[in-house]
Amino acid sequence: MESLIIHEKIKKSRLPARLDLIQSGTGLILGLFMWVHMMLVGSIVLGKGVFNFVAKTMELSFLSSTGHGYPAAVFFAVLVVFTLFVIHAALGVRKFPISWKQHAIFRNQMAMMKHEDTNLWYIQVLTAFIMFFLGSVHLYVMLTNPGQINAELSAARFITHNMWPLYLVLLFAVELHGTIGLYRLAMKWGWFDKLEWFNQEDRGGARKYLKVLKNRLTIFFLALGLLAWLVFTVIGIRL
Amino acid sequence: MSDERILKFHILRYNPQVKGDVPTMKTYEVKEAPGMTIFIALNDIRENHDPSLQFDFICRAGICGSCAMIINGHPDLACRTLTSKFPDGEIKLLPLPGFELIGDLSVNTGKFMRAMSERVESWIHDKYADSVDLDRLEERMEPDIAEQIYELERCVECGCCVSACATKRMRDGFLTAVGFMRLARYALDPRDKRSDEEFYEIVGDDEGVFGCMTLLGCQDYCPKDLPHQTQIAYLRRRMALVK
Repeated sequence: MESLIIHEKIKKSRLPARLDLIQSGTGLILGLFMWVHMMLVGSIVLGKGVFNFVAKTMELSFLSSTGHGYPAAVFFAVLVVFTLFVIHAALGVRKFPISWKQHAIFRNQMAMMKHEDTNLWYIQVLTAFIMFFLGSVHLYVMLTNPGQINAELSAARFITHNMWPLYLVLLFAVELHGTIGLYRLAMKWGWFDKLEWFNQEDRGGARKYLKVLKNRLTIFFLALGLLAWLVFTVIGIRL
Repeated sequence: MSDERILKFHILRYNPQVKGDVPTMKTYEVKEAPGMTIFIALNDIRENHDPSLQFDFICRAGICGSCAMIINGHPDLACRTLTSKFPDGEIKLLPLPGFELIGDLSVNTGKFMRAMSERVESWIHDKYADSVDLDRLEERMEPDIAEQIYELERCVECGCCVSACATKRMRDGFLTAVGFMRLARYALDPRDKRSDEEFYEIVGDDEGVFGCMTLLGCQDYCPKDLPHQTQIAYLRRRMALVK
């Protein structure tokens, strides 16, 4: 209670600062994780064998003498990601428009200014909302199926468990939310503001370069994701 | 440039002082002159079409910050916006949102800016200021720091950054970029003896720097091209680690 009282002798709570750091921190980890994740899943494009090797390596097969690995490693990794996901969602949802009026004002501002970075934020809100549900489903499935990640079983989940529409929507949500979020993080904390290279005469700061990089990364990961999605679907149908 | 263009101005007309007045868009036609700005055109409208049109101006040269308004969707200064910028000759003018409306295109930015100044305590804080030895030379400031402070002092308080901020529009208590810039100016100034803890008391919450969602409207619509993004990031880094 006393932390809410405004009084010159009572210090303001440090919690907003910590929460801001945690929101950015969990976002950074999840964003970078999703890049690695997409690269690993994308290995299916190179063939079932490559994907199975990657999946086994993730189960730390190189540490076990039998070569079977430890599915528990995947379980714990998913558990950590799920936890970060929930924390990040809880902190992120604080920023959502919480009433019809706030939402209407935001949409109005978007329509008035047609300002790219304002619009990008709205895309993040929408994709975040989608991920609350679809991301949870995916994470729960992975949590309860450790050791059952290989080309055939994953492809079976795609078709017989009807996961293909979910993954298609989730792919777009993740890739848009992640790259926009990482771009925004760099702006928010000014990571590249002081870098000499960006600040030379005709370059005019890091932002426009990061924006271009962001767009290219979105396209790259979306393309890779769609390709992987297609391969899994084909494998699944042929099973 | 094609000469003798007829410009169409669509202007929001509303006087909250007049009982029963309803906001409406009215259209005025103005013959374009060479080098015409929105501000010149507004004067033409007031002189030749409707003397009741309200809008603010003082300096006509982008220094006073009075004539900021929404010009075809973007916050900008009317005196610095050339009509030739709009090839189709259609120009829509709205008052700056986020401020108290005086009437038509005139808003009370002064009231907001004064409250902002008081909120961030926009003056040099030095406990020992009263016991300064006036016979001694003032301590010198590094030219680098002086320049950085001067850069932030260029703000004309026009209010464009406030209107361009969707966060402020959603959450009215949000301090906004003009307040962060002001505070960053004092945080840079070695004469201001306030500690980070004291600055935290002013901006250390979601109505302050942690509420900024980095939409960057402030950066993109500042008529003075001030470095909002780098300064807010600087404050954020400083405030995030306050013990």
